[in-house]
Amino acid sequence: MASFTQTPVVEPGQDRTMVLNMGPQHPSTHGVLRVLLEIDGETVVRMMADIGYLHTGIEKTCEAKFYQQVVPLTDRIDYLCPMTNNLCYVLAVEKLLGLEIPPKAQWLRVLLNELTRINSHLVWLGTHALDLGAMTVFLYCFREREEVLKMFEMVSGQRMMTSYFRVGGIALEPPLGFFDRVRDFAGYFPEKVDEYENLLTGNPIWKMRTKGVARMTAEDAIALGATGPTLRGSGVDFDLRRDIPYSSYEKFQFKVPVSPDGDVYARYLCRVQELRESIGIVRQALDGMPEGPIKADAPQVVLPEREKMKTEMEALIHHFKIITEGFSVPVGEVYQAVESPRGEMGYYIVSDGTAKPYRVHIRSACFANLQTLPTMCEGRLLADVVAAIGSIDIVLGEIDR
Amino acid sequence: MPLSPAITDLEQLKNHPAVARLVSWNPAAVERARFDRDELTIHLERGSLLEACALLKDDPACPFNFLSDVTCVDWYPAEPRFEVVYHLLSIAKKERVRLKVRLDSGSPVVESLTSVWPGANYFEREIFDLFGVRFSGHPYLRRILMPEDWEGHPLRKDYPVEGYR
Repeated sequence: MASFTQTPVVEPGQDRTMVLNMGPQHPSTHGVLRVLLEIDGETVVRMMADIGYLHTGIEKTCEAKFYQQVVPLTDRIDYLCPMTNNLCYVLAVEKLLGLEIPPKAQWLRVLLNELTRINSHLVWLGTHALDLGAMTVFLYCFREREEVLKMFEMVSGQRMMTSYFRVGGIALEPPLGFFDRVRDFAGYFPEKVDEYENLLTGNPIWKMRTKGVARMTAEDAIALGATGPTLRGSGVDFDLRRDIPYSSYEKFQFKVPVSPDGDVYARYLCRVQELRESIGIVRQALDGMPEGPIKADAPQVVLPEREKMKTEMEALIHHFKIITEGFSVPVGEVYQAVESPRGEMGYYIVSDGTAKPYRVHIRSACFANLQTLPTMCEGRLLADVVAAIGSIDIVLGEIDR
Repeated sequence: MPLSPAITDLEQLKNHPAVARLVSWNPAAVERARFDRDELTIHLERGSLLEACALLKDDPACPFNFLSDVTCVDWYPAEPRFEVVYHLLSIAKKERVRLKVRLDSGSPVVESLTSVWPGANYFEREIFDLFGVRFSGHPYLRRILMPEDWEGHPLRKDYPVEGYR
């Protein structure tokens, strides 16, 4: 974080240019992003992002917690896709342990992850359109998002900070009526996507505001470490769910939307198509949901059922040990990546054989995607900066961690 | 799926494209390699990192053209203390490889990868900020997450979790 007392990072050049400070309390910076812009009239000559306003030291905190205590921390990294964070973390720990997860748990994880993607994309679409002056879309998107949040509340008791996945499975069976509710939602949601598209996709004002704006080539996107729709909007066909599958994604059929143009409109098209693909995956998960347990058979790691705890000595002992001293994880290191709504989210965990992780590093998609901003904006108009920031779908909680 | 034992024999790992490429280029650059939990780790000699990455990036058989992640692990009080960890990805072949460089606490300096991947910029700044490892040749090595006037490097193991009060 560059402080105000120091020399400005973007130096004013000749008399023609001036330095403009945008944020951190600007409504279209999606949180607390501060951007320094050197402008010549209305053209951006140079820009740089200043982050760190939300840094909470989650990686350091993880080192002082038991493995199972880290799960609630992961929700708070990216508050728009809590389940994706939960999933990535538990997958990494399960890989360290060598645990096999029952199919039903895997399918439930896929189902909830796609609902999370829908939730996150709806927030993105609403706020992105709002930034560019389309108020109605925001209201429509939040109407459907509310329904998704209610489903999250059904399974986990929380609308946003779900902490629903556990190392070795998931916390609880979904309550009665949950699947019907999801099926109902999956039935009418495609029509709602049509509604959003009717408002935007063919709209000449929307097109003028987004087409050809904030362009980025595929080479630049790869070199700068962009992932997710930011990368696919530049024409690179890469999606971790299909290419390096995890949690049974290889058993689902879905298309990976790619747009070659590399502008704000291309990234918009990618995400809107992803909404449709995601609801398709949700439907497949509902139809093919396997029967069976939702937790792995690993008494040292997974908490026993409440009923067993009251009747079986062994279960009570395991419960006591997991709660009081955690479970130890064999020495090693893993890097587990999942496709979050924003791109590649990775957890790198180093274990020293104790019950607390030696090091947890979170590779956040937005952190790398944010670096593409100067490439997109330099040489373009000031008003396009807002469109560019919206189009990479940043969440500052994830960037600063 | 019980854990299978790790493979640490360099000869056995030579069929992996990254190992093969690096060993045929300069056997002295590869300190050791380890295949554990389906993930390959190659320990590189500190001075050869930049060249090795440029080589892997343009490898015609399996181009590791994408830098996923850069991070660091502090092994305090052991020496060499810092381990800088790079995760490379081949978008075409869908392969990953992890590269590691060890640095002692006396001079925690390693070459910056920003000339190969501009995207290394933020990651290296983050490591500089939180660990105090320096990257030579980095265009703008300043704190990124902590305030500019912060003292100490919070992710070092000798830095208390509660902070200094």
